Amino acid sequence: MALTTAETIAELTGAAVLNGEATIVGQCLTAVGWVGGTVPQLPDHPGIVELSMADVAGGGIAVGMALAGVPRPIYVVRYQGFLWYNAPSLVNYAAKSRELWGVPCPILVRGIAMEGAIGPVAGSTQHSLVVRMPGLNVCSPITPSEWREAWRRYWLSDDPWFFSEHRKSFGLTEELPTVRRAQPTLTVLALSGVRMDAQSAVARLHERGIEVDLFHQVWIEPREWPDGLLESLTATGRGLVVDADFAQYGLSQSLAHDLMLETGARVETAGLSRRSAGFSKASDNLPPDVEELEALFRSVAQYPSEGGS
Amino acid sequence: MMAGRAMQRDAPRDVETVDRSLIGLEKSRIRLLDSSTLTSIYLTAFRIRTFEFRVKEALKAREVLIPVYLGVGHELVAATLAHTIPKPSGIFAQHRGHSYFLAFGGSMKALADELRGRPTGANGGVGGSASISDQGIGMFGHSGLMGDQVPIATGYAIATGKPVLTVVGDASGEEDYVYGALGYAATRNAPLLCVCEDNDLSILTPVSVRRRWRLADVASALGLASADVTDDPHLLASVLQGELSGWPAFLNVHVARHLWHAGAGTDGPPAWDRLAMVREDLIDAGVEGLAELESQIVEEVDANWL
Repeated sequence: MALTTAETIAELTGAAVLNGEATIVGQCLTAVGWVGGTVPQLPDHPGIVELSMADVAGGGIAVGMALAGVPRPIYVVRYQGFLWYNAPSLVNYAAKSRELWGVPCPILVRGIAMEGAIGPVAGSTQHSLVVRMPGLNVCSPITPSEWREAWRRYWLSDDPWFFSEHRKSFGLTEELPTVRRAQPTLTVLALSGVRMDAQSAVARLHERGIEVDLFHQVWIEPREWPDGLLESLTATGRGLVVDADFAQYGLSQSLAHDLMLETGARVETAGLSRRSAGFSKASDNLPPDVEELEALFRSVAQYPSEGGS
Repeated sequence: MMAGRAMQRDAPRDVETVDRSLIGLEKSRIRLLDSSTLTSIYLTAFRIRTFEFRVKEALKAREVLIPVYLGVGHELVAATLAHTIPKPSGIFAQHRGHSYFLAFGGSMKALADELRGRPTGANGGVGGSASISDQGIGMFGHSGLMGDQVPIATGYAIATGKPVLTVVGDASGEEDYVYGALGYAATRNAPLLCVCEDNDLSILTPVSVRRRWRLADVASALGLASADVTDDPHLLASVLQGELSGWPAFLNVHVARHLWHAGAGTDGPPAWDRLAMVREDLIDAGVEGLAELESQIVEEVDANWL
């Protein structure tokens, strides 16, 4: 039976802990659920390090562990919203250490996003916070094989890495393949927690005769465009970057900007609205769901082509 | 480990009142260090000060064009630590770190070149004054976020299990990074010594305006052995080899700064000049040849500024 994303994470990191290659560091790791089933259930193992609840210091402590080398710390940030506490030492020390001082700082940060009735602090995807800082490798592995590949790449380097994860994907067993249509009218690039819904929305539109190409952005920094993305965008002349983070002033607009420069196509963005999330359903701020994505794709696809075939 | 209030050999320093009475008390205190060790500490401190005064000249002459953070008046702290604590596997100082770089064996030439932005500098000119490092002596660079060296040092101490030194000032000691890290160091029994160079001032704002609590008390409450002393090397050695010999520990050291934090300005005569006081002690103890040794250091410093 295929492993879920969560089981894949637990299996790979657990093996590294047992081999003495890694230490898992974070808050409430061994609490109910073991961080969504992603932390190997190794109670009392010295490689599972419970930090205090001092978030600001916690990031620095993990960075200091990374400077010491093996075992490498895997720093679990349970909510990406907590990066507002945890990030200073990650982006100002770990990310700069090699460039400034020639000292590698091979920390793996697992930043876990989620949303839905958890309010303005813990919720949301916040990877735009960290991706702007040079020196930090950033990826967003969602599926089991993507996480496995990200893990492989992390161990090939001794740089700091940030894995932008999303709780919605922890139960995935299937991959999320690129969708290419014969005569697409729109090219969508999806990231993080909206990818599953984007896949569904594209399938629904296909049934209605609206053809949309869908690509998944996993490798963010250093950036690797998905195979065929630029060709598709050049052909359609219309693009949309959809992310679980805020649509404005962040990663999605940065990607859209570069795609426009590279292809000449018009590329829009979608994601969280520019407002704070409340707890109630009415006041929450969520990424677009399947219905909203479907409507959004349909809307953007009707824009006049600018240089596409 | 001490229970309750941190050991306090001296009252907290007040700019106007602390120095003369305390310094008078120090005169009658134990003399833990023998003349040979004290001479070595003195010469280390003299070397640091000579270097930093040379930096001051270089700033005025515009040989150095970057922000520079001097610790003139603080030298005895780093110099005494270098002679009295176990060799640290990691040193995590902050922006005012020339004294630690030099006291623990960093190359003076590399530091002088670093301040002048030369590729032969300790960090190729990238580290400047505030972010110097030298892996040869286990000294890590500082990011510029005051206080973040404490959690990083704590993590390093936990991971290595070896002695680690970190240094803060009385202002950066107030940063939020510090207490979560010190508390965790106590929880994990990390081999960490955190030293605060307390010159009572953040730029020109005294401690009394900023807080009504003492760093050493908080460290003690967090479970660290802690002490609060002046920069008398005998006192420092006494607590470092006594109450604070088991780490994690926190040591607050009252010092009198001679020059501003940044640049080479001055607030006027310092409340005390520890270097001169130690020299006087050595002369009183019959130590000979200091002048010649000092001359050699001056020549060394000049040579390294070519």
